[in-house]
Amino acid sequence: MSSSQSASSEDAQEVYEKVITGLGDKTYTDHSCEVVSDAGEGAQKCGQGFGALSAKMGNGAWTVEIIPAEIEPPPRTPGSTSGVGIRIGQDKITNAGDAVKLVIAFNEQVLLSRHRVNAMSDDCIILIDSKWRTHVNPKVVGEWEDAMKEMSTKNYKWILVPLEAETLKVVDNPKLGKNMFALGLLCHIYDRDVQIAKDQVAYTFRKKPPAVTEANHKLLEAGIAWAAENLDFRFLVPARPPTSELLVMNGNEAFGMGALAAGIDVCAMYPITPASSVSHYLADVYDNFGGMVHQAEDEIAAIGVALGSSYTGKTAMTITSGPGLALKGEFIGLALMIEMPLIIIDVQRGGPSTGLPTKVEQSDLLCVLYGQPGDGPKIVMAPSSIEECFHCIITARQIAETLRTCVFILSDANLATGQTPFERPKLDAKWMAGPPKQTSVPEGSRPYEWNLDTGISERFIPGQRGGEHTVTGLNHDESSRVNYEPATNQLGHAMRSRKIAVFAETLNAPIPYGGDEGDLLIVGWGSTRGAIEEAVDRARAKGLKASSLHLTFLSPLQPGIKEACDKFTKVMTVELNYSDASDDPHITPTNRRRGQLATLLRAQLLIDCGSWGKVHGAPLQPAVLLGIIEKYIPKA
Amino acid sequence: MDTSLLDISGAADERTFTANDYKGPTARWCPGCGDFSILATTRRLLELEQLAPEKTLFVSGIGCSSRFPHYLKTYGFHGIHGRALPLALGAKLRRPDLHVFVVMGDGDCTSIGAGHWIHAIRYNPNMTVLLLDNNIYGLTKKQTSPTTPVNYKTNTQPKGSYLNPLHPISVTLGVANASFVAQTADWIPAHLLATMRAAQQHKGLSFIRILQRCPKWTIDIFDAKVKTPDEMMILNHANGITDPKVQKMYKNQMEHDPSDLDAARALTGMTSHIPLGLFYKNEDAAIYNELRMNKSFTTEEKMANLEKEFDRYAV
Ligand SMILES: Cc1ncc(C[n+]2csc(CCOP(=O)(O)OP(=O)(O)O)c2C)c(N)n1
Ligand code: SF4
Repeated sequence: MSSSQSASSEDAQEVYEKVITGLGDKTYTDHSCEVVSDAGEGAQKCGQGFGALSAKMGNGAWTVEIIPAEIEPPPRTPGSTSGVGIRIGQDKITNAGDAVKLVIAFNEQVLLSRHRVNAMSDDCIILIDSKWRTHVNPKVVGEWEDAMKEMSTKNYKWILVPLEAETLKVVDNPKLGKNMFALGLLCHIYDRDVQIAKDQVAYTFRKKPPAVTEANHKLLEAGIAWAAENLDFRFLVPARPPTSELLVMNGNEAFGMGALAAGIDVCAMYPITPASSVSHYLADVYDNFGGMVHQAEDEIAAIGVALGSSYTGKTAMTITSGPGLALKGEFIGLALMIEMPLIIIDVQRGGPSTGLPTKVEQSDLLCVLYGQPGDGPKIVMAPSSIEECFHCIITARQIAETLRTCVFILSDANLATGQTPFERPKLDAKWMAGPPKQTSVPEGSRPYEWNLDTGISERFIPGQRGGEHTVTGLNHDESSRVNYEPATNQLGHAMRSRKIAVFAETLNAPIPYGGDEGDLLIVGWGSTRGAIEEAVDRARAKGLKASSLHLTFLSPLQPGIKEACDKFTKVMTVELNYSDASDDPHITPTNRRRGQLATLLRAQLLIDCGSWGKVHGAPLQPAVLLGIIEKYIPKA
Repeated sequence: MDTSLLDISGAADERTFTANDYKGPTARWCPGCGDFSILATTRRLLELEQLAPEKTLFVSGIGCSSRFPHYLKTYGFHGIHGRALPLALGAKLRRPDLHVFVVMGDGDCTSIGAGHWIHAIRYNPNMTVLLLDNNIYGLTKKQTSPTTPVNYKTNTQPKGSYLNPLHPISVTLGVANASFVAQTADWIPAHLLATMRAAQQHKGLSFIRILQRCPKWTIDIFDAKVKTPDEMMILNHANGITDPKVQKMYKNQMEHDPSDLDAARALTGMTSHIPLGLFYKNEDAAIYNELRMNKSFTTEEKMANLEKEFDRYAV
């Protein structure tokens, strides 16, 4: 028997014999794998559980969800693929990494969908349920054979696993069991601590009757035993005992907890992927904090309710994604005009329109910056990690209240559903500061008494005696009286703009990663930071003088960006949004539509930067970026 | 309940307010506009109910009618077209101490804001909602509104509007959880005031459609109504809104039990007369903002609870 089987040509009998890959046990600094199944078969529980238990052992970990756009699409079709990619490391892991080296696939069709997006490395080991190859239905066998043919372009190593057959030995319904058997396989392959794995399984099923946990423990053990018996390789990624206390969660849960830490009273929303789960988390726990999730009748009402709450002195936020952001435009203009503190979280997904609802993209930047009619100076920030998702809401509240303005937080589907451990935050009571006092307003003071130097003024809140006034989206003077005078309109605009400039003065210059001069500077924002910096590390290890600059604030821009760029021969933005390539048909330097950050840097800072952007609906892979860097920096 | 915003100045409130205490800058509506009368009546109401100006909030959308809050000396939120109700709900959700009023035009409420209207009726928050219905888009200069009579010539439908109008009362009565639905007219201040008082005292969302004269664009529609009081049918009932002055003034009166939803709906089909008064009242309808009030916590308690959340996610 050959060490790597070609599944389509081997006899089904052989799968029950020990598979000889000859790989043995090997130690890695990091390793990544995927578990994929039809929607509803629980690959996500398996993968997330594996990520969480690895983090608990002290490994760095990052998980990426693979989510179909429908709830229960037809099974055994590429479109029904549901699963998780997991990358674990000896040290901190900052991104999903490259094509995976191991896959557990519940059928060949879902595997095919991953093959088609180059999710697997050329030498990837594939553990796949053997049942389809010898299925009684010739149509299934035919599909299997076609799939194998299509995938034969790669040197994948195939291992047939009697996944369903083994699961049926423990439970009656394999749909609700294969995933925990698969977790057992992973636990053996990655040499996981069995007790921690069992605790994780118990946690996963904590809301179910104890018998469910018991059955799943048996499946986990069966998976471990089968792998120990039949596989001759293991990927060892030893954990380092963590030096500080860590939490593991996804970016949307981190937003939820950040909102609790920031003392946000109201989260008004309308369901939209991939933002909704922020509210799911909050709805579960908000009663212990006196807060409320309001599910409004639509996206417009959601921001309206948040704005109304904020007006009465409560802290409020609204969460959304592209299509919802579009609907909120008019209220955003109003909030900016009346200078009302408000936090707006946009968990970006593929666009335009309904786009790719479950997949990552960074295409809302310009819409957020300029999307509402009229001039709308505002604060825009983008967390680059799950940890920053937590902390940025606290910062956002402070900025929104100090400046009386809207703060936008741009996250994306990658951060929303990815899980990674981060340091347990040390809470500060100041973050939760109570509502403003309801003391009387001193006679003669006005609701927009702008400091002409800074544009900042203090708002009056209903309940404050002597502060009675009407806020209005019409142009208004310092007393909030409707006013049509040219000078007053000019002043209002200037004041709303000035406070953003004043805020910019408080920001630090971003520090280039890798070195502050060289041949290529990559500029990025948001969730791609980890992948970009990893690519920079690899490039520098090869002697290439590449660095990266990561922007946390997109409005206002931090100081020093231009100066940092000037020290490099070439500058290029890397973003997960659409950019014409310079060598695309019909594209000239003048008609070329570049990535959104590239457009911004060119317009605002006159930086003649290149623009690399892809809309594959997948996180950025460091290896892909490394290839780009190598293309940009000619070998000496 | 979070009481941190309820404490105004510590001292007991010994102030008394006159209608003048609620007076804002001079209103800029066209001469003879029905909105003036509604504004004056509102000030009377505030005086009668002695609502503290700093605790009173008027929220509006966009339109002639939506300028309303500017002309009062209370807190006001002049919002965007059609969206007054979500703003008002947001204000009321965490501030039960505020007296919230909403003022909308017919385009504002029944066209661009129709979705929010239906849902606000269903949420039934404790607030008073005034629909100032002049049967036309006023501020944008005579375009057809959902309440414009059929065949009525407007700038967008110069041959006459094509469809029968929707009936705001009938729509409101069609929404589950409606709790107070009344109709009145700006030119009958006594009836208007009595209706607004009953609405203000009602717990839940009180919806009042106020027939509003627009001498600029729909003078022909309303002039006729003002001049033919016999077209009005005053609804009376022990549990309704009964004002002796009005009873004396109007010839046509009928008994209508406001707890009878079917009868209320039937009334919206009346073609012989325009019924004025309380169509429907249900004091047991669920009140969303009350259902959503939860226990409040000190900062220390919240921090302790968040530490517990961290524990759940700790590795
Ligand atoms: C989103 C939006 N669309 C359109 C307008 C223009 N607009 C202003 S008021 C109005 C309608 C006014 O009619 P109505 O609501 O009946 O109030 P009225 O002026 O008659 O009191 C319209 C369409 C706007 N301000 N905002
Ligand atoms: S246009 Fe009509 S509604 Fe508007 S102010 Fe003039 S009269 Fe009143």
